[in-house]
Amino acid sequence: MSILKRLTVAAALSVAMATTAFTGSALADMKVALVVKSLGNGFFDAAHKGAEEAAKEIGGIEVIYTGPTKATAEAQIEVINSLIAQKVDAIAISANDADALVPALKKAMDRGITVISWDSGVAPEGRQMHLNPSDTNLIGETIIKLAADHLPEGGDVAILSAASTATNQNAWIDAAKKALPEKFPKINLVSVVYGDDDSAKSTDEAKGLLKSNPNLKAIIAPTTVGVVAAAQVVTDENLIGKVNVTGLALPSEFKKFIDNGASQSVALWNPIDLGYSAVYLVHDIAAKKDEVKPGAKLSIGRVGEVTLDDNNSAAMAAPFTFDKSNIEEFSKIY
Amino acid sequence: MSTIQPTQARHIPDRLDRPLRSALLGWEALLVAVAVAIFIINSFASPYFLDVWSLSDLTFNFTEKALIALAMALLIIAGEIDLSVAAIIALASTLMGMAVQFGFSTPALVGIGICVGLACGVFNGLLVTRLGLPSIVVTISTMSLFRGIAFIILGDQAYKGYPASFAFFGQGYVWWVVSFELALFLAAAVVYYVLLHRTNFGRYVFAIGNNPVAAQFSGVRVDRIKLVLFCLTGLMSGIAAVLITSRLGSTRPSIAQGYELEVITMVVLGGVSILGGSGSIAGVVLAALIMGLVTFGLGLLNVPGIVMSIFVGLLLILVIALPLVWRRFMRKAA
Repeated sequence: MSILKRLTVAAALSVAMATTAFTGSALADMKVALVVKSLGNGFFDAAHKGAEEAAKEIGGIEVIYTGPTKATAEAQIEVINSLIAQKVDAIAISANDADALVPALKKAMDRGITVISWDSGVAPEGRQMHLNPSDTNLIGETIIKLAADHLPEGGDVAILSAASTATNQNAWIDAAKKALPEKFPKINLVSVVYGDDDSAKSTDEAKGLLKSNPNLKAIIAPTTVGVVAAAQVVTDENLIGKVNVTGLALPSEFKKFIDNGASQSVALWNPIDLGYSAVYLVHDIAAKKDEVKPGAKLSIGRVGEVTLDDNNSAAMAAPFTFDKSNIEEFSKIY
Repeated sequence: MSTIQPTQARHIPDRLDRPLRSALLGWEALLVAVAVAIFIINSFASPYFLDVWSLSDLTFNFTEKALIALAMALLIIAGEIDLSVAAIIALASTLMGMAVQFGFSTPALVGIGICVGLACGVFNGLLVTRLGLPSIVVTISTMSLFRGIAFIILGDQAYKGYPASFAFFGQGYVWWVVSFELALFLAAAVVYYVLLHRTNFGRYVFAIGNNPVAAQFSGVRVDRIKLVLFCLTGLMSGIAAVLITSRLGSTRPSIAQGYELEVITMVVLGGVSILGGSGSIAGVVLAALIMGLVTFGLGLLNVPGIVMSIFVGLLLILVIALPLVWRRFMRKAA
């Protein structure tokens, strides 16, 4: 046993020395973790591209792109714990749950790690700042407008969301519900269902919507997974032209459904810019270049500048609409 | 010769067929070997692994599930199963969250969590023993039922505002790096070890798992014992609900989603026969440790979660297939 112990210690020491030597030569002064809701999601892969771009531009940053397989708070906490153990310098996270992650992220901040949230936020006590991809009210209005633009007579629409606990989707849906009576009186929101950002579950929920609402004119999916699933269901069930699928979609994933007519138009902000901005901001805060306080103006390199509100959160840019005229061009980018 | 000799000197094995018993001993030896191997690989692979705080954080990856696995092991040894454990956590956590809104104190919250767990266990147990329904059917139904109630109460909302003192159970430390969760798990493991391996009750559990009819005719109150076992899994789920709710500091109805399969994985990896009749607490404790080591070790290397699931799956197949293949090989050689 003592031999084993000695071996283990010796091994650990040599690895530790080797690693110090290695990181020294790699010139990474700062380790930034980009934590996403779940891996294998095209949106986050695009954000990762932007994150690497920012790292290259600033220099001396090692980006750790990570996240759980299942989009749950518990799985994300395990990821956070392992990042704390790795002594990363900064964490930029898109949260699966605004509240449940707070204790784990507080622990990270207690151990000297800079924490910001981006895309999907964490409650203010669990992060230093939050970067919204866009303005919540604007997104809520946009997703309804996308459907309403093609329904001059009005009609029934339904929302297919991500997890019922997803912070950002819930905020957008609330904003959409608020915008409905004032700005879109002819649009009737009949149902909100949750596909958990899982293709199979989203497909089932979309089928369910079509079955239980025979007069449905549009499915609005403010999630890149749900929108593809819904468009596929509409295509498979020969409902092209009867039901319009819209929402937030990645042009590269969604191009074929604009082409085949299952969807007239979708919108999204640029996820590459979002990943870029998240890493840019978290680096500047960790390097003490920026001070986080309400009203502060923070620079985000080529994307421009954001202003923090009273909750230390900021909005990056307005969503951009893709339709037949421009999807070809953008599908090549992300 | 006519005096009755005390029978305690005679050795009565847990199982009558000795080769299997020795294989079982071999199993724990195998698990220890696997655990040590993973520990050494981890120390080689990541310089951050051999750090007391890393190792302490690691235990949070498995303690809650392992607590349930202890009771689940007994239930599976007795030839039954409880798939509703994660749903019980969701319901217990939701009712605790509800109590918070009415201003209940920390001891009352803990009491509510544990009692709800126990009540759910009684409900499962009565359905299985009184109505004679198969436990897999009953608990698949109650899995939807319990979580369904949580979803009806909470919808897409969250309960928060737990008192500060409540945070101790999931975030507090008893001594230095030993968390309350770990201490509780170790204490529970001792209790369950004594219960299964050192009491009549434990012997009855094995008897029921091997042959419930024979056990019945031998005077074992089969239904009574099964009812107690369901109460125990309910109770442990209630305790786990207190811990996880305290650790997350909030409740959503999706809490602990998918935990039932991880609990059962631990039990099976620990050498408990899924058909009932054999198994040991030591094996389950080792299996919990191995799962924690594997997930945390891979987490330190930022291995994506899906690869982690593949590793756990392979490990399970390997550990279960190895002894079988080995035995077949030995038989052929003989």
